[in-house]
Amino acid sequence: MTGNGADWRPTATPEALRRRASMLAELRAFFAERDVLEVETPLLCTETTLDLHLDSMGCQVEAPGFPSRRMYLQTSPELAMKRLLAAGSGSIYQVCKAFRGGERGRWHNTEFTILEWYRVGWDHVRLMREVVALIEALLAGSHHLEEAVYASYAELMKRHAGLDPHDTPDQDLRRAVEHCSSVQDARDLDRDDLLSRLFALKVEPTFSPDRVTIVFDYPASQAAMARIGTSDPRTAERFEAYVGAIELANGYGELTDLREQRRRLEHDLIQRRESGRPEPPIPPRFLAALESGLPRCAGVALGFDRLLGLDLGARRIDDLIAFPVERA
Amino acid sequence: MASYNMNQVRTGLKVLEGGEPNVLISCDFIKPGKGQAFTRVKMRNLLSGRVNEKTLKPGDLLPGADVVDTSMQYLYSDGEHWFFMNPDTYDQVEADVQALAGAEQWIKEEDICNVTLWNGHPIQVKAPNFVIREVVETDPGLKGDTSSGGSKPARLESGATVKVPLFIQQGESIRVDTRTGEYVSRAKT
Repeated sequence: MTGNGADWRPTATPEALRRRASMLAELRAFFAERDVLEVETPLLCTETTLDLHLDSMGCQVEAPGFPSRRMYLQTSPELAMKRLLAAGSGSIYQVCKAFRGGERGRWHNTEFTILEWYRVGWDHVRLMREVVALIEALLAGSHHLEEAVYASYAELMKRHAGLDPHDTPDQDLRRAVEHCSSVQDARDLDRDDLLSRLFALKVEPTFSPDRVTIVFDYPASQAAMARIGTSDPRTAERFEAYVGAIELANGYGELTDLREQRRRLEHDLIQRRESGRPEPPIPPRFLAALESGLPRCAGVALGFDRLLGLDLGARRIDDLIAFPVERA
Repeated sequence: MASYNMNQVRTGLKVLEGGEPNVLISCDFIKPGKGQAFTRVKMRNLLSGRVNEKTLKPGDLLPGADVVDTSMQYLYSDGEHWFFMNPDTYDQVEADVQALAGAEQWIKEEDICNVTLWNGHPIQVKAPNFVIREVVETDPGLKGDTSSGGSKPARLESGATVKVPLFIQQGESIRVDTRTGEYVSRAKT
Protein backbone atom coordinates (compact mmCIF):
# COMPACT_ATOMS: atom_id res chain seq x y z
CA MET A 1 0.00 0.00 0.00
CA THR A 2 1.67 3.21 -1.09
CA GLY A 3 0.34 6.70 -0.87
CA ASN A 4 2.29 8.15 -3.76
CA GLY A 5 0.68 6.10 -6.52
CA ALA A 6 3.95 4.43 -7.55
CA ASP A 7 2.09 1.12 -7.92
CA TRP A 8 -0.38 2.40 -10.53
CA ARG A 9 0.66 -0.10 -13.20
CA PRO A 10 -1.24 -3.34 -13.88
CA THR A 11 0.28 -6.61 -12.65
CA ALA A 12 -1.08 -8.59 -15.62
CA THR A 13 0.76 -8.58 -18.93
CA PRO A 14 -0.97 -7.28 -22.09
CA GLU A 15 -0.90 -10.90 -23.30
CA ALA A 16 -2.88 -12.05 -20.24
CA LEU A 17 -5.43 -9.28 -20.70
CA ARG A 18 -5.89 -10.24 -24.38
CA ARG A 19 -6.29 -13.92 -23.48
CA ARG A 20 -8.82 -13.00 -20.77
CA ALA A 21 -10.91 -11.24 -23.41
CA SER A 22 -10.67 -14.08 -25.94
CA MET A 23 -11.43 -16.71 -23.30
CA LEU A 24 -14.54 -14.81 -22.26
CA ALA A 25 -15.63 -14.79 -25.92
CA GLU A 26 -15.00 -18.56 -26.12
CA LEU A 27 -17.02 -19.32 -23.04
CA ARG A 28 -19.92 -17.22 -24.31
CA ALA A 29 -19.80 -19.15 -27.58
CA PHE A 30 -19.74 -22.42 -25.60
CA PHE A 31 -22.98 -21.54 -23.83
CA ALA A 32 -24.62 -19.95 -26.88
CA GLU A 33 -24.10 -23.20 -28.76
CA ARG A 34 -25.77 -25.10 -25.92
CA ASP A 35 -28.66 -22.68 -25.61
CA VAL A 36 -27.86 -21.54 -22.08
CA LEU A 37 -28.99 -17.95 -21.47
CA GLU A 38 -26.55 -15.33 -20.20
CA VAL A 39 -27.99 -13.31 -17.31
CA GLU A 40 -26.92 -10.53 -14.95
CA THR A 41 -27.94 -10.25 -11.32
CA PRO A 42 -26.96 -7.56 -8.78
CA LEU A 43 -23.52 -7.80 -7.18
CA LEU A 44 -24.79 -5.77 -4.24
CA CYS A 45 -27.80 -7.36 -2.48
CA THR A 46 -29.51 -7.21 0.90
CA GLU A 47 -29.35 -11.03 0.99
CA THR A 48 -26.13 -13.02 1.07
CA THR A 49 -24.67 -16.39 1.95
CA LEU A 50 -24.61 -17.58 5.56
CA ASP A 51 -21.83 -20.11 4.91
CA LEU A 52 -19.60 -20.03 8.00
CA HIS A 53 -16.40 -19.84 5.96
CA LEU A 54 -17.43 -17.14 3.48
CA ASP A 55 -17.11 -13.52 4.48
CA SER A 56 -19.55 -11.17 2.73
CA MET A 57 -18.31 -7.60 2.70
CA GLY A 58 -21.09 -5.13 3.32
CA CYS A 59 -21.73 -1.45 2.91
CA GLN A 60 -24.45 1.01 3.78
CA VAL A 61 -26.46 1.97 0.71
CA GLU A 62 -28.59 5.06 0.36
CA ALA A 63 -30.78 5.94 -2.60
CA PRO A 64 -33.97 7.88 -3.21
CA GLY A 65 -37.07 5.87 -2.37
CA PHE A 66 -35.72 3.56 0.29
CA PRO A 67 -34.24 3.92 3.73
CA SER A 68 -30.50 3.53 4.20
CA ARG A 69 -29.82 -0.18 4.37
CA ARG A 70 -26.98 -2.64 4.73
CA MET A 71 -26.19 -4.47 1.50
CA TYR A 72 -23.62 -7.16 0.73
CA LEU A 73 -21.20 -7.72 -2.13
CA GLN A 74 -22.03 -11.23 -3.34
CA THR A 75 -19.63 -14.09 -2.66
CA SER A 76 -21.29 -15.78 -5.66
CA PRO A 77 -24.45 -14.93 -7.64
CA GLU A 78 -26.16 -18.13 -6.41
CA LEU A 79 -29.10 -16.69 -4.45
CA ALA A 80 -30.23 -14.28 -7.17
CA MET A 81 -29.73 -16.82 -9.97
CA LYS A 82 -31.91 -19.32 -8.12
CA ARG A 83 -34.64 -16.67 -7.98
CA LEU A 84 -34.43 -16.48 -11.79
CA LEU A 85 -34.61 -20.28 -12.03
CA ALA A 86 -37.68 -20.36 -9.78
CA ALA A 87 -39.24 -17.68 -12.00
CA GLY A 88 -38.87 -20.00 -14.99
CA SER A 89 -35.70 -18.73 -16.69
CA GLY A 90 -34.59 -22.18 -17.84
CA SER A 91 -30.83 -22.95 -17.96
CA ILE A 92 -28.75 -19.84 -17.30
CA TYR A 93 -25.15 -18.71 -16.84
CA GLN A 94 -23.44 -15.62 -15.53
CA VAL A 95 -19.87 -14.42 -15.59
CA CYS A 96 -19.33 -11.62 -13.07
CA LYS A 97 -17.28 -10.41 -10.14
CA ALA A 98 -17.54 -12.10 -6.74
CA PHE A 99 -16.15 -10.74 -3.46
CA ARG A 100 -14.83 -12.69 -0.49
CA GLY A 101 -13.48 -10.81 2.51
CA GLY A 102 -10.24 -12.09 4.05
CA GLU A 103 -9.18 -14.10 1.01
CA ARG A 104 -5.83 -13.14 -0.47
CA GLY A 105 -2.97 -15.36 -1.54
CA ARG A 106 -1.26 -16.92 -4.51
CA TRP A 107 -4.57 -18.06 -6.04
CA HIS A 108 -6.94 -15.76 -4.15
CA ASN A 109 -7.90 -12.14 -4.58
CA THR A 110 -10.70 -10.62 -2.50
CA GLU A 111 -12.42 -9.69 -5.79
CA PHE A 112 -12.38 -12.24 -8.60
CA THR A 113 -14.24 -13.35 -11.70
CA ILE A 114 -16.70 -16.19 -11.25
CA LEU A 115 -18.52 -18.23 -13.87
CA GLU A 116 -21.71 -19.76 -12.51
CA TRP A 117 -24.24 -21.80 -14.41
CA TYR A 118 -27.38 -23.85 -13.82
CA ARG A 119 -28.85 -26.65 -15.90
CA VAL A 120 -32.58 -27.17 -15.42
CA GLY A 121 -33.66 -30.82 -15.42
CA TRP A 122 -30.08 -32.08 -15.13
CA ASP A 123 -28.51 -34.03 -12.26
CA HIS A 124 -25.03 -33.26 -10.92
CA VAL A 125 -23.49 -36.23 -12.75
CA ARG A 126 -24.49 -34.85 -16.12
CA LEU A 127 -23.24 -31.41 -15.10
CA MET A 128 -19.82 -32.83 -14.08
CA ARG A 129 -19.35 -33.95 -17.67
CA GLU A 130 -20.23 -30.50 -18.98
CA VAL A 131 -17.74 -28.92 -16.55
CA VAL A 132 -15.03 -31.20 -17.93
CA ALA A 133 -16.09 -30.33 -21.49
CA LEU A 134 -15.91 -26.60 -20.76
CA ILE A 135 -12.49 -26.78 -19.09
CA GLU A 136 -11.11 -28.94 -21.90
CA ALA A 137 -12.55 -26.61 -24.55
CA LEU A 138 -11.13 -23.45 -22.98
CA LEU A 139 -7.70 -25.01 -22.38
CA ALA A 140 -7.57 -26.71 -25.80
CA GLY A 141 -5.20 -24.09 -27.26
CA SER A 142 -2.55 -24.63 -24.59
CA HIS A 143 -3.04 -28.15 -23.19
CA HIS A 144 -3.69 -31.59 -24.56
CA LEU A 145 -5.39 -32.85 -21.45
CA GLU A 146 -5.60 -36.56 -20.75
CA GLU A 147 -9.00 -38.09 -20.15
CA ALA A 148 -10.62 -36.71 -16.99
CA VAL A 149 -10.65 -38.80 -13.81
CA TYR A 150 -13.77 -39.10 -11.64
CA ALA A 151 -13.23 -40.25 -8.03
CA SER A 152 -15.33 -40.16 -4.89
CA TYR A 153 -14.22 -38.15 -1.87
CA ALA A 154 -14.15 -41.29 0.29
CA GLU A 155 -12.08 -43.26 -2.22
CA LEU A 156 -9.47 -40.46 -2.42
CA MET A 157 -9.26 -40.03 1.34
CA LYS A 158 -8.80 -43.77 1.81
CA ARG A 159 -6.11 -43.93 -0.86
CA HIS A 160 -4.08 -40.84 0.09
CA ALA A 161 -4.84 -40.15 3.75
CA GLY A 162 -5.47 -43.77 4.74
CA LEU A 163 -8.82 -43.18 6.42
CA ASP A 164 -12.52 -43.38 5.73
CA PRO A 165 -14.05 -39.88 5.93
CA HIS A 166 -17.45 -41.23 6.93
CA ASP A 167 -16.42 -43.67 9.71
CA THR A 168 -13.18 -42.42 11.25
CA PRO A 169 -13.64 -40.97 14.76
CA ASP A 170 -12.70 -37.33 15.30
CA GLN A 171 -9.69 -38.07 17.49
CA ASP A 172 -8.14 -40.23 14.75
CA LEU A 173 -8.71 -37.49 12.19
CA ARG A 174 -7.07 -35.04 14.58
CA ARG A 175 -4.06 -37.30 15.00
CA ALA A 176 -3.76 -37.63 11.22
CA VAL A 177 -3.83 -33.84 10.78
CA GLU A 178 -1.16 -33.44 13.45
CA HIS A 179 1.02 -35.93 11.56
CA CYS A 180 0.71 -33.98 8.31
CA SER A 181 3.30 -31.44 9.26
CA SER A 182 5.87 -31.37 11.97
CA VAL A 183 4.40 -28.48 13.94
CA GLN A 184 0.66 -28.41 13.87
CA ASP A 185 -2.05 -27.63 16.34
CA ALA A 186 -5.37 -29.29 15.50
CA ARG A 187 -6.95 -29.06 18.94
CA ASP A 188 -9.82 -26.76 18.16
CA LEU A 189 -10.62 -27.88 14.61
CA ASP A 190 -14.04 -29.47 14.17
CA ARG A 191 -14.68 -32.59 12.12
CA ASP A 192 -15.23 -30.79 8.81
CA ASP A 193 -12.19 -28.57 9.34
CA LEU A 194 -10.10 -31.69 10.00
CA LEU A 195 -11.40 -33.40 6.87
CA SER A 196 -10.87 -30.38 4.66
CA ARG A 197 -7.37 -29.87 6.10
CA LEU A 198 -6.47 -33.50 5.33
CA PHE A 199 -7.97 -33.19 1.87
CA ALA A 200 -5.93 -30.04 1.17
CA LEU A 201 -2.66 -31.42 2.57
CA LYS A 202 -2.83 -35.10 1.56
CA VAL A 203 -5.17 -35.48 -1.41
CA GLU A 204 -5.06 -32.32 -3.52
CA PRO A 205 -1.27 -32.42 -4.06
CA THR A 206 -1.65 -35.83 -5.77
CA PHE A 207 -3.89 -34.55 -8.59
CA SER A 208 -2.32 -34.61 -12.04
CA PRO A 209 -1.72 -31.27 -13.76
CA ASP A 210 -2.37 -32.98 -17.09
CA ARG A 211 -6.07 -33.65 -16.69
CA VAL A 212 -9.27 -32.62 -14.99
CA THR A 213 -9.97 -34.45 -11.71
CA ILE A 214 -13.58 -34.52 -10.58
CA VAL A 215 -14.20 -35.30 -6.91
CA PHE A 216 -17.78 -36.26 -6.05
CA ASP A 217 -19.88 -37.50 -3.11
CA TYR A 218 -18.62 -35.05 -0.49
CA PRO A 219 -19.61 -35.83 3.12
CA ALA A 220 -23.20 -34.78 3.86
CA SER A 221 -21.90 -32.43 6.58
CA GLN A 222 -20.22 -30.42 3.78
CA ALA A 223 -23.29 -30.36 1.55
CA ALA A 224 -23.59 -26.54 1.54
CA MET A 225 -26.52 -26.13 -0.88
CA ALA A 226 -26.41 -29.62 -2.39
CA ARG A 227 -29.04 -32.36 -2.04
CA ILE A 228 -28.25 -35.27 0.24
CA GLY A 229 -27.33 -38.39 -1.75
CA THR A 230 -30.29 -40.63 -2.55
CA SER A 231 -28.23 -43.85 -2.54
CA ASP A 232 -25.92 -42.98 0.38
CA PRO A 233 -27.25 -40.40 2.85
CA ARG A 234 -23.74 -39.98 4.32
CA THR A 235 -22.86 -38.12 1.12
CA ALA A 236 -24.09 -35.02 -0.69
CA GLU A 237 -24.61 -34.46 -4.41
CA ARG A 238 -21.65 -32.11 -4.44
CA PHE A 239 -18.58 -32.23 -6.68
CA GLU A 240 -15.43 -30.25 -7.29
CA ALA A 241 -13.22 -29.93 -10.37
CA TYR A 242 -9.43 -29.64 -10.16
CA VAL A 243 -6.55 -29.39 -12.59
CA GLY A 244 -3.45 -30.25 -10.59
CA ALA A 245 -3.99 -29.07 -7.03
CA ILE A 246 -5.86 -25.99 -8.23
CA GLU A 247 -9.50 -26.04 -7.22
CA LEU A 248 -11.45 -24.74 -10.20
CA ALA A 249 -15.14 -25.44 -9.66
CA ASN A 250 -17.69 -26.48 -7.06
CA GLY A 251 -21.04 -27.92 -8.15
CA TYR A 252 -24.25 -29.31 -6.70
CA GLY A 253 -27.32 -31.27 -7.45
CA GLU A 254 -29.25 -28.29 -6.09
CA LEU A 255 -31.24 -28.53 -2.91
CA THR A 256 -34.83 -27.61 -3.80
CA ASP A 257 -36.54 -28.57 -0.55
CA LEU A 258 -37.66 -25.45 1.34
CA ARG A 259 -37.76 -26.98 4.81
CA GLU A 260 -34.33 -28.55 4.52
CA GLN A 261 -32.89 -25.31 3.11
CA ARG A 262 -34.36 -23.28 5.95
CA ARG A 263 -33.01 -25.77 8.50
CA ARG A 264 -29.49 -25.47 7.02
CA LEU A 265 -29.60 -21.67 6.99
CA GLU A 266 -30.69 -21.62 10.63
CA HIS A 267 -27.88 -24.04 11.49
CA ASP A 268 -25.37 -21.80 9.66
CA LEU A 269 -26.61 -18.80 11.58
CA ILE A 270 -26.16 -20.61 14.92
CA GLN A 271 -22.61 -21.56 13.93
CA ARG A 272 -21.93 -17.94 12.97
CA ARG A 273 -23.24 -16.72 16.31
CA GLU A 274 -21.17 -19.27 18.24
CA SER A 275 -17.97 -18.28 16.47
CA GLY A 276 -18.64 -14.55 16.68
CA ARG A 277 -18.98 -14.01 12.92
CA PRO A 278 -21.34 -11.40 11.44
CA GLU A 279 -24.94 -12.56 11.11
CA PRO A 280 -26.57 -11.44 7.87
CA PRO A 281 -30.35 -12.01 7.75
CA ILE A 282 -31.87 -15.34 6.67
CA PRO A 283 -32.60 -14.44 3.00
CA PRO A 284 -36.37 -13.92 2.64
CA ARG A 285 -36.58 -13.49 -1.17
CA PHE A 286 -34.46 -16.56 -1.78
CA LEU A 287 -36.67 -18.63 0.51
CA ALA A 288 -39.83 -17.22 -1.09
CA ALA A 289 -38.47 -18.26 -4.50
CA LEU A 290 -37.79 -21.77 -3.14
CA GLU A 291 -41.31 -21.87 -1.74
CA SER A 292 -42.76 -20.97 -5.11
CA GLY A 293 -40.73 -23.86 -6.52
CA LEU A 294 -37.12 -24.23 -7.68
CA PRO A 295 -37.09 -26.67 -10.62
CA ARG A 296 -34.89 -29.76 -10.31
CA CYS A 297 -31.49 -28.52 -11.47
CA ALA A 298 -27.73 -28.80 -11.09
CA GLY A 299 -25.43 -25.78 -10.74
CA VAL A 300 -21.72 -25.01 -10.56
CA ALA A 301 -19.39 -22.06 -9.92
CA LEU A 302 -15.96 -21.86 -11.51
CA GLY A 303 -13.03 -19.54 -10.77
CA PHE A 304 -12.44 -17.92 -14.13
CA ASP A 305 -9.11 -16.28 -13.23
CA ARG A 306 -7.65 -19.66 -12.21
CA LEU A 307 -8.74 -21.27 -15.47
CA LEU A 308 -7.09 -18.40 -17.34
CA GLY A 309 -4.00 -18.95 -15.20
CA LEU A 310 -3.82 -22.61 -16.18
CA ASP A 311 -4.14 -21.67 -19.84
CA LEU A 312 -1.24 -19.23 -19.60
CA GLY A 313 0.90 -21.30 -17.22
CA ALA A 314 0.78 -18.45 -14.68
CA ARG A 315 2.26 -18.83 -11.19
CA ARG A 316 -0.19 -16.61 -9.35
CA ILE A 317 -3.52 -14.82 -9.74
CA ASP A 318 -1.78 -11.43 -9.89
CA ASP A 319 -0.49 -12.33 -13.35
CA LEU A 320 -4.10 -12.52 -14.59
CA ILE A 321 -5.90 -9.55 -13.12
CA ALA A 322 -5.11 -5.97 -14.00
CA PHE A 323 -5.15 -4.61 -10.45
CA PRO A 324 -5.06 -7.00 -7.47
CA VAL A 325 -6.52 -5.76 -4.19
CA GLU A 326 -3.31 -4.01 -3.07
CA ARG A 327 -3.48 -1.85 -6.22
CA ALA A 328 -7.25 -1.53 -6.46
CA MET B 1 7.33 -8.30 20.80
CA ALA B 2 4.36 -8.17 18.49
CA SER B 3 2.48 -11.33 17.48
CA TYR B 4 1.40 -12.14 13.96
CA ASN B 5 -1.87 -13.68 12.75
CA MET B 6 -2.45 -15.72 9.59
CA ASN B 7 -2.90 -12.56 7.52
CA GLN B 8 0.17 -10.78 8.87
CA VAL B 9 2.84 -13.45 8.48
CA ARG B 10 5.30 -12.94 5.63
CA THR B 11 8.58 -14.38 4.45
CA GLY B 12 11.54 -13.17 6.49
CA LEU B 13 9.66 -12.55 9.75
CA LYS B 14 11.41 -13.83 12.87
CA VAL B 15 9.09 -15.74 15.19
CA LEU B 16 9.24 -17.86 18.33
CA GLU B 17 8.20 -21.49 17.97
CA GLY B 18 8.80 -24.01 20.74
CA GLY B 19 10.68 -21.30 22.62
CA GLU B 20 13.29 -20.93 19.86
CA PRO B 21 13.79 -18.29 17.17
CA ASN B 22 12.73 -19.17 13.62
CA VAL B 23 12.71 -17.29 10.35
CA LEU B 24 9.69 -17.73 8.04
CA ILE B 25 10.81 -19.01 4.65
CA SER B 26 7.41 -19.36 2.95
CA CYS B 27 3.79 -18.46 3.65
CA ASP B 28 0.87 -19.82 1.61
CA PHE B 29 -2.73 -18.75 2.10
CA ILE B 30 -4.99 -21.76 1.52
CA LYS B 31 -8.77 -21.52 1.36
CA PRO B 32 -10.89 -24.41 0.17
CA GLY B 33 -14.01 -23.11 -1.62
CA LYS B 34 -16.08 -24.51 1.24
CA GLY B 35 -14.03 -24.79 4.38
CA GLN B 36 -11.87 -22.91 6.80
CA ALA B 37 -8.99 -20.81 5.51
CA PHE B 38 -5.51 -21.41 6.83
CA THR B 39 -1.99 -20.22 6.19
CA ARG B 40 0.76 -22.78 5.83
CA VAL B 41 4.12 -21.42 6.93
CA LYS B 42 7.54 -23.00 6.61
CA MET B 43 10.15 -21.82 9.07
CA ARG B 44 13.81 -22.48 9.68
CA ASN B 45 14.99 -22.77 13.25
CA LEU B 46 17.83 -20.29 13.62
CA LEU B 47 19.56 -22.40 16.27
CA SER B 48 19.34 -25.87 14.74
CA GLY B 49 18.76 -25.06 11.06
CA ARG B 50 15.83 -27.51 10.98
CA VAL B 51 12.88 -26.65 8.75
CA ASN B 52 9.40 -27.04 10.23
CA GLU B 53 5.90 -26.49 8.92
CA LYS B 54 2.96 -25.06 10.77
CA THR B 55 -0.55 -24.13 9.81
CA LEU B 56 -2.27 -21.05 11.19
CA LYS B 57 -6.03 -20.78 11.28
CA PRO B 58 -8.05 -17.64 12.01
CA GLY B 59 -7.30 -16.58 15.57
CA ASP B 60 -3.91 -18.34 15.79
CA LEU B 61 -0.93 -16.14 16.61
CA LEU B 62 2.80 -16.57 16.12
CA PRO B 63 4.80 -14.55 18.66
CA GLY B 64 7.57 -12.45 17.16
CA ALA B 65 11.17 -13.12 18.17
CA ASP B 66 13.59 -10.33 19.04
CA VAL B 67 16.09 -11.23 16.35
CA VAL B 68 18.23 -8.58 14.65
CA ASP B 69 21.06 -8.74 12.16
CA THR B 70 23.96 -6.40 13.00
CA SER B 71 27.40 -5.64 11.61
CA MET B 72 30.02 -6.15 14.28
CA GLN B 73 33.78 -6.10 14.42
CA TYR B 74 35.62 -9.29 15.38
CA LEU B 75 38.00 -8.55 18.25
CA TYR B 76 39.65 -11.79 19.37
CA SER B 77 39.04 -15.34 20.54
CA ASP B 78 40.12 -17.10 23.73
CA GLY B 79 39.66 -20.45 22.00
CA GLU B 80 36.26 -21.02 23.54
CA HIS B 81 34.49 -17.76 22.79
CA TRP B 82 34.73 -15.26 20.00
CA PHE B 83 34.33 -11.60 20.95
CA PHE B 84 32.63 -9.02 18.72
CA MET B 85 32.05 -5.32 19.16
CA ASN B 86 29.35 -3.02 17.90
CA PRO B 87 31.47 -0.28 16.22
CA ASP B 88 28.89 2.42 17.06
CA THR B 89 28.16 1.67 20.72
CA TYR B 90 31.33 -0.31 21.58
CA ASP B 91 29.04 -2.94 23.16
CA GLN B 92 30.72 -6.34 23.18
CA VAL B 93 29.18 -9.79 22.82
CA GLU B 94 30.68 -13.26 23.03
CA ALA B 95 29.68 -15.99 20.60
CA ASP B 96 30.19 -19.72 21.00
CA VAL B 97 31.29 -22.27 18.44
CA GLN B 98 27.68 -23.19 17.49
CA ALA B 99 27.02 -19.59 16.50
CA LEU B 100 30.19 -19.48 14.40
CA ALA B 101 29.46 -22.81 12.74
CA GLY B 102 32.65 -22.79 10.67
CA ALA B 103 33.03 -19.01 10.31
CA GLU B 104 35.91 -19.16 12.82
CA GLN B 105 38.26 -20.66 10.23
CA TRP B 106 37.88 -17.59 7.96
CA ILE B 107 37.77 -14.58 10.25
CA LYS B 108 40.61 -12.44 11.47
CA GLU B 109 40.77 -9.61 13.99
CA GLU B 110 39.07 -6.40 12.78
CA ASP B 111 36.91 -8.18 10.17
CA ILE B 112 33.36 -6.80 10.02
CA CYS B 113 30.97 -9.77 10.35
CA ASN B 114 27.22 -10.15 10.19
CA VAL B 115 26.13 -11.16 13.70
CA THR B 116 22.55 -12.26 14.34
CA LEU B 117 21.42 -11.41 17.87
CA TRP B 118 18.49 -13.05 19.67
CA ASN B 119 17.52 -11.15 22.81
CA GLY B 120 20.95 -9.52 22.52
CA HIS B 121 22.91 -12.79 22.35
CA PRO B 122 24.72 -13.88 19.16
CA ILE B 123 23.17 -16.98 17.60
CA GLN B 124 24.79 -16.79 14.20
CA VAL B 125 28.01 -15.25 12.90
CA LYS B 126 28.75 -15.00 9.21
CA ALA B 127 32.22 -14.32 7.87
CA PRO B 128 32.46 -11.61 5.18
CA ASN B 129 31.65 -13.17 1.77
CA PHE B 130 35.20 -12.48 0.54
CA VAL B 131 38.33 -12.30 2.66
CA ILE B 132 42.02 -11.77 1.87
CA ARG B 133 44.23 -14.12 3.88
CA GLU B 134 47.89 -14.99 3.96
CA VAL B 135 49.00 -18.51 3.02
CA VAL B 136 51.00 -19.79 5.97
CA GLU B 137 51.71 -23.27 4.69
CA THR B 138 51.78 -24.87 1.24
CA ASP B 139 54.12 -27.03 -0.85
CA PRO B 140 56.59 -25.01 -2.90
CA GLY B 141 55.31 -24.44 -6.45
CA LEU B 142 57.22 -25.52 -9.53
CA LYS B 143 59.37 -22.91 -11.25
CA GLY B 144 57.85 -21.46 -14.38
CA ASP B 145 54.43 -22.78 -13.57
CA THR B 146 51.68 -20.64 -15.12
CA SER B 147 48.16 -20.09 -14.00
CA SER B 148 46.82 -23.14 -15.79
CA GLY B 149 46.36 -26.66 -14.48
CA GLY B 150 46.75 -28.36 -11.11
CA SER B 151 46.06 -27.36 -7.55
CA LYS B 152 47.41 -28.02 -4.08
CA PRO B 153 46.21 -27.48 -0.55
CA ALA B 154 47.18 -24.31 1.28
CA ARG B 155 46.62 -23.45 4.92
CA LEU B 156 45.56 -19.88 5.67
CA GLU B 157 46.48 -17.73 8.66
CA SER B 158 42.87 -17.93 9.89
CA GLY B 159 42.98 -21.74 9.99
CA ALA B 160 41.09 -22.84 6.87
CA THR B 161 42.69 -25.02 4.20
CA VAL B 162 41.79 -24.23 0.57
CA LYS B 163 42.83 -25.52 -2.83
CA VAL B 164 45.06 -23.05 -4.64
CA PRO B 165 46.86 -23.06 -8.03
CA LEU B 166 50.39 -24.49 -8.01
CA PHE B 167 52.03 -21.05 -8.49
CA ILE B 168 50.84 -19.71 -5.11
CA GLN B 169 53.71 -19.49 -2.65
CA GLN B 170 53.83 -19.48 1.10
CA GLY B 171 53.61 -15.88 2.41
CA GLU B 172 51.42 -14.67 -0.44
CA SER B 173 47.91 -13.36 0.19
CA ILE B 174 44.90 -14.72 -1.65
CA ARG B 175 41.25 -13.77 -2.01
CA VAL B 176 38.76 -16.49 -0.95
CA ASP B 177 34.99 -16.85 -1.19
CA THR B 178 33.98 -17.96 2.33
CA ARG B 179 30.54 -19.21 1.18
CA THR B 180 32.05 -21.87 -1.08
CA GLY B 181 35.51 -22.09 0.47
CA GLU B 182 37.07 -21.54 -2.96
CA TYR B 183 40.16 -19.63 -4.04
CA VAL B 184 39.26 -16.58 -6.14
CA SER B 185 42.50 -14.81 -7.01
CA ARG B 186 45.91 -13.70 -5.88
CA ALA B 187 45.62 -10.57 -3.77
CA LYS B 188 47.87 -7.57 -4.16
CA THR B 189 49.17 -6.58 -0.75
